[in-house]
Amino acid sequence: MKVLVPVKRVLDYNVKARVKSDQSGVDLANVKMSMNPFDEISVEQAVKMKESGAATEAVVVSIGPAKAQETIRTGLAMGMDRGIHVTTDEDLEPLAVAKILKAICDEEAPELVILGKQAIDNDYGATGGMLAALMGWPIGSAANSIEQSGSDLTVVKEVDGGLQTVKLQTPAIVTTDLRLNEPRYASLPNIMKAKKKPIDAKTPSDYGVDTTPRLKTLKVTEPEARKAGIKVEDAAQLVDKLKNEAGVI
Amino acid sequence: MAILVVAEHDNSDLKDATHKAVTAAAAMGGEVDVLVAGKGVKDVSAAAAKISGVRKVIACDHVSLTRQLAESMEEVIVPLMEGYDAILAPDTTTHKNYMPRVAAKLDVQQISSITGVESADTFVRPIYAGNAMATVQSTDAKKVITVRTTAFNAAEEGGSASVETIADPSGPFKSEYVGEELSKSDRPELTAAKIVISGGRGMGSGENFKLIEGIADKLGAAMGASRAAVDAGFVPNDWQVGQTGKAVAPALYIAVGISGAIQHLAGMKDSKVIAAINKDEEAPIFQVADYGLVADLFKALPEFEAELAKVGY
Repeated sequence: MKVLVPVKRVLDYNVKARVKSDQSGVDLANVKMSMNPFDEISVEQAVKMKESGAATEAVVVSIGPAKAQETIRTGLAMGMDRGIHVTTDEDLEPLAVAKILKAICDEEAPELVILGKQAIDNDYGATGGMLAALMGWPIGSAANSIEQSGSDLTVVKEVDGGLQTVKLQTPAIVTTDLRLNEPRYASLPNIMKAKKKPIDAKTPSDYGVDTTPRLKTLKVTEPEARKAGIKVEDAAQLVDKLKNEAGVI
Repeated sequence: MAILVVAEHDNSDLKDATHKAVTAAAAMGGEVDVLVAGKGVKDVSAAAAKISGVRKVIACDHVSLTRQLAESMEEVIVPLMEGYDAILAPDTTTHKNYMPRVAAKLDVQQISSITGVESADTFVRPIYAGNAMATVQSTDAKKVITVRTTAFNAAEEGGSASVETIADPSGPFKSEYVGEELSKSDRPELTAAKIVISGGRGMGSGENFKLIEGIADKLGAAMGASRAAVDAGFVPNDWQVGQTGKAVAPALYIAVGISGAIQHLAGMKDSKVIAAINKDEEAPIFQVADYGLVADLFKALPEFEAELAKVGY
C-alpha cells in the first residue's frame, strides 16, 4: 500500500516557548526548529512498513515556509521515498491544512495516511480527524500499534483508562501516539542519499484551497506564573506542611 | 443562542467532565442541551437531565455508539447542528477522536482545549504546552469547541430537563470496535482525583512504582507518571500527565523523581498545591512546587509513608 505522511516543522521539543512582548505570538526568530515529535513517529511507522513490505511507497508532505524543506529532508533521510513541499509563510489552521492534504490525497491516492496526533506548537490535535472527515475515511486516533490484515488495519489506540482496538477498512487515517515506535536517527550515508530524493514544489493555490484563517488571535500572553514555594527539611516536615499549613491531606 | 454539550460517560455512569463542559457552555450564554450518545444510556440520560441549567437531554442509543467512534458520532451530530450555534465536548480521548471530524464536516475551525470563555465567540486556550495562552475569536458561524475540564467548575445538580430520543445512526461504517483493555484499578481516576502522586524517570523502574503505590493507597490518590517514565516503559501510557497525556488539577499533586520538563508542567501546574521530591536541587519542578523536598526518593518515600501513618493514614 501507498503511505502518505504529513509532517510539520515546529519549535524544538526542548526549547521553551517565549511570548513576544507585543503579545502577537510566540517568538520563533533564531530558535531551534525540528520535526514535530509525533510526526517523527509517523515517519518511522511508514519506513518500517516499507521495510516489512507492507508499504510499496512512502511519501512525506510538509506545508510550511521554505525551511520546511529541511523537515522533509529529515523524513527522506529516515527512509521516505519522495517529498511534497507546499510552500506558505502563513501559519495555517488545521482546517486549511486538512483541505490541502485532501487535494494531495485525491492526486496521490494513498491507502493510508499517518499523522501525528497533535503538533506540539498549536496543540489543536485536529488535522487527522479533519482529513478523515473530508475524505470520508475511517480513523484510528492515537495509535499504539498498527497491524495490516488484507485490506483492513487493526489499530490499537491509546484511550483514557487503557487501550482500545478498532478495525479500519482502507483507505484510512491513523494518528500516532508516543508508544507506537521509537524513531530512528538518520545515518550520514542516508542523509547524503536523501539530498538526491525528489521533492515536488507546490503552493496552496495549486490545490485551489482558501486558507483564510477562521480564528483571529487577539493576543498571546504568558501563563500565570506559579510562585516557587519553600524547601522542607525531611518527610516529616513535608507531611506536617501538607496537613497543617496547606490542609490538603 | 443554542449550545449542544456532548456527555462524557461509559454507558453506565455520567462523568463529571460533562458538568464542567456545561459550565463552559453556560458562560457563552444561551440555552444548553446535552447529547448522550451511547448504548444502554437510559440512566446516563436521566443523570444528565439533573444537571442544573440544562434545557433538554437528547439521547441516542445504538450499538454503533457503544464506544462513540468517529463515524457514528459524525452521523448523529452533524444533522443536529442545524439547530445549534455551538457544540462543546470535554477534551478527553473519546471526544478528541470525533470533534475535528464534526468541525470539518461543518467547515469550521475547531477551538481545542479551551481554558476560558471571554464571550460567545472568544476563548482562551493554551498553546506550546501551556507556555503561552492564546485568546482567539472565531469568525465561523458555528463554534466547535473542546473543553479543558480542569479549568472549569462542575455545574451543580438540581435540574429536571426532559429527555428526547433521536433516530439511530444507520451506517454503514468503515470502522468497527473490536475490544478494549482497560487498566483495572480501585484508585480514583487520574483526572478526577483529589490527590495525584506521579513518578518520573527518577523512579528507575516500573517495579519501583510500588514505593508510590503504598502512599497512593494511604491517601486514596490516583497514580500518574511523566512522559519520561512512560517512554522508559515503567508504566502504561494512560498514566501520563502532561502536554501529550492528561491534564490534571487536583487539590494536591505530588511529583516524585520528576525533573519538571515543560511538557509535564503543562499537565499539572493548575494543581492547587504541588509537592515535589527530587534529589536534584536544581530540578525545574522546584520552581512550581509549593513544598520541595531535596532527597533521594528511595529513602524519602518510605519515610513519607511512615510519617503519613503517624498522623493517622
